[in-house]
Amino acid sequence: MALLEVKDLQVRVEDREILHGLSLTVNQGEVHAIMGPNGSGKSTLSHVIAGKPGYEVTSGEILFKGEDLLAMSPDERSAKGVFLAFQYPVEIPGVATMTFLRTALNAQRKARGESEFSTPDFLKKVREVAKSLNIPQDMLRRGVNVGFSGGEKKRNEILQMALFEPSLCILDEMDSGLDIDALRIAADGVNALRSPKRAMVVITHYQRLLNYIVPDFVHVMSKGRVVKSGDKQLALELEASGYAQFEDAA
Amino acid sequence: MNLALAKTDTARALSDIFAIARDRLPGAGPVADARQRAFEAYERVGLPHRRIEDWKYTDLRVLMREVLPSAAAPDAAALKRAATALKIHAIAGVRRVVLVDGVFAPKLSELDNLESGLGIRTLRDVLEAGDTGLHEQLFAPENFNSMVALNSAMMTDGFVIEVADGTALTQPLHIVHIASGAAPAAMFTRSLIRVGKAATATLVESYIGAEAAKAYQVHDSLIVSIGDGARLDHVRLTEDSREAFNVSSAVVTLGAHAHFNTFGMNTGSLVSRYQAVIAVAGEGSRVETNGVNLLNGRQHADTTLLLDHAVPNCTSREIFRAVVDDRGHSVFQGRIIVRPGAQKTDAKMMTRALLLSDEAEADNKPELEIFADDVTCGHGATTGALDESLLFYLRARGLSEKEAQALLIQAFVGEAIEQIANDALRELAILAAQRWLAARG
Repeated sequence: MALLEVKDLQVRVEDREILHGLSLTVNQGEVHAIMGPNGSGKSTLSHVIAGKPGYEVTSGEILFKGEDLLAMSPDERSAKGVFLAFQYPVEIPGVATMTFLRTALNAQRKARGESEFSTPDFLKKVREVAKSLNIPQDMLRRGVNVGFSGGEKKRNEILQMALFEPSLCILDEMDSGLDIDALRIAADGVNALRSPKRAMVVITHYQRLLNYIVPDFVHVMSKGRVVKSGDKQLALELEASGYAQFEDAA
Repeated sequence: MNLALAKTDTARALSDIFAIARDRLPGAGPVADARQRAFEAYERVGLPHRRIEDWKYTDLRVLMREVLPSAAAPDAAALKRAATALKIHAIAGVRRVVLVDGVFAPKLSELDNLESGLGIRTLRDVLEAGDTGLHEQLFAPENFNSMVALNSAMMTDGFVIEVADGTALTQPLHIVHIASGAAPAAMFTRSLIRVGKAATATLVESYIGAEAAKAYQVHDSLIVSIGDGARLDHVRLTEDSREAFNVSSAVVTLGAHAHFNTFGMNTGSLVSRYQAVIAVAGEGSRVETNGVNLLNGRQHADTTLLLDHAVPNCTSREIFRAVVDDRGHSVFQGRIIVRPGAQKTDAKMMTRALLLSDEAEADNKPELEIFADDVTCGHGATTGALDESLLFYLRARGLSEKEAQALLIQAFVGEAIEQIANDALRELAILAAQRWLAARG
């Protein structure tokens, strides 16, 4: 059984149709890149998978481990193992990062019928992951993402990914707003989480990110559907030729 | 003109209640005369209504309708119910004094072995004794408004607390108001705390109801004087029965280089009004007054503050937060007066409301009246809903809708709670907020 099956998905936002019959299959252990020009529907796809309100699915379905993902609330999806690394992680003043991490982790574990993490185990785990991602302890004491740089926000997303151990990670424009050093740290963090039991969908506008996170498959989106799929060579071809050919094709 | 003809039935009933109660209320001679004058002052206005500017959002004629007769003194069964209620709200490490149905409850209170420099007497004792100086202080605010006047006329008990000059109290004082009974009745209480020069004290006030207590009325007032160089930390937690009424007033005066840190939280009562007048009468003083209303159902809570800067070089900060769900209604009225000559006043007020339902209502009315030209004063007010993008972020991380809301609500009210200087008191406020969130489900 595929981990994620998106079948002929049509999605509207208010009166505009954004996805016009998109299909995608992701198996355990695979890393897929989704590329495409601005406005092609890449972020819409990630939002619909995570369950963001405001999108109306008019046709098609999404199966996650064979279950109807669209029937689940965002928190149920999270507990089942879906993780969206946000393009723009929000700042939450007044909620300490540590409190947030522990509340979220325990909420997911509770939903799965697992016991809550003990405080020492939790702290040990957070510290280990934080260290590997070059996240200083004082960042963890601050409000969630409050005053964080773009790179720090993305590293905080990867920290959560490492902590929650999801089976599907969707990385929405992880490279946006990052300089090359920040990008390398973030990509190293993601690569460390690659595993035969985990799949990743890397959404990006630029080929550059794929030098660091090398995908097994590359899909090109244009105007709300996948117009071409291939292996990592496809990303390099795109880098040379641009998206214009696909905009016409769609 | 015959005033009696203009009276409504409920006003006439109250006149009768006062006429009967007058002879049994503590204090004779000048005290009884002062009560009579106060009752007349009350009668000139009656229950405040929306045509009185200060009560525009809290029309007691509509919301409260009538003043109930005074509660009977608690019997053994009532004290037992009160003791049960107290268990949930007891605070470790404090000196507790308790009023049950408006009457001092010695067995629930700790008045033995007072720290040196601390004096506590009951209001009843003070009114019955002949200390005219104290009587004057106790009746001083009678004309502040009609509900204070009514309280002056009817007050039965409370505490008169004196902290001697130079005394730093190690143990916080905790005044607990408990309504014990199912019979609808009113309690009229008044307390006074005098913090002497260079003294420091901590005061917590709790308002709670026993399980049987439902639609009772609390009429309370607190008179505070903070001497030169003294400091008072103050927290009040209103967790009355959800059918109860609570009208409380505070009249606070600060000397020079004094410090008053006060915080109030309303989670209980059907209708509550807390009105405080804080007069900064000595130079170099500082006031922090903060509050939180957490309301749902049809709860109505009104916090009305008047900060009166009469002298130069004083600072005041007001941070107020309201979280309103269902058909709840929160009112915040904050007025800052900077009198002529009160130069270098630094006064700021910020009020924010969070509405969790379409029918929830929050009224924020900040007012500045500035008569000095070299001051820093400001106010801000916002009202809004929970940020959808924050909610989605939290839900995408596994939090249920209620858990995500709870975390954001705690963060929102946290900005006011953080202003509580005393760690233990801050923890109390956090726990009270968590009780409200837990009850919300």
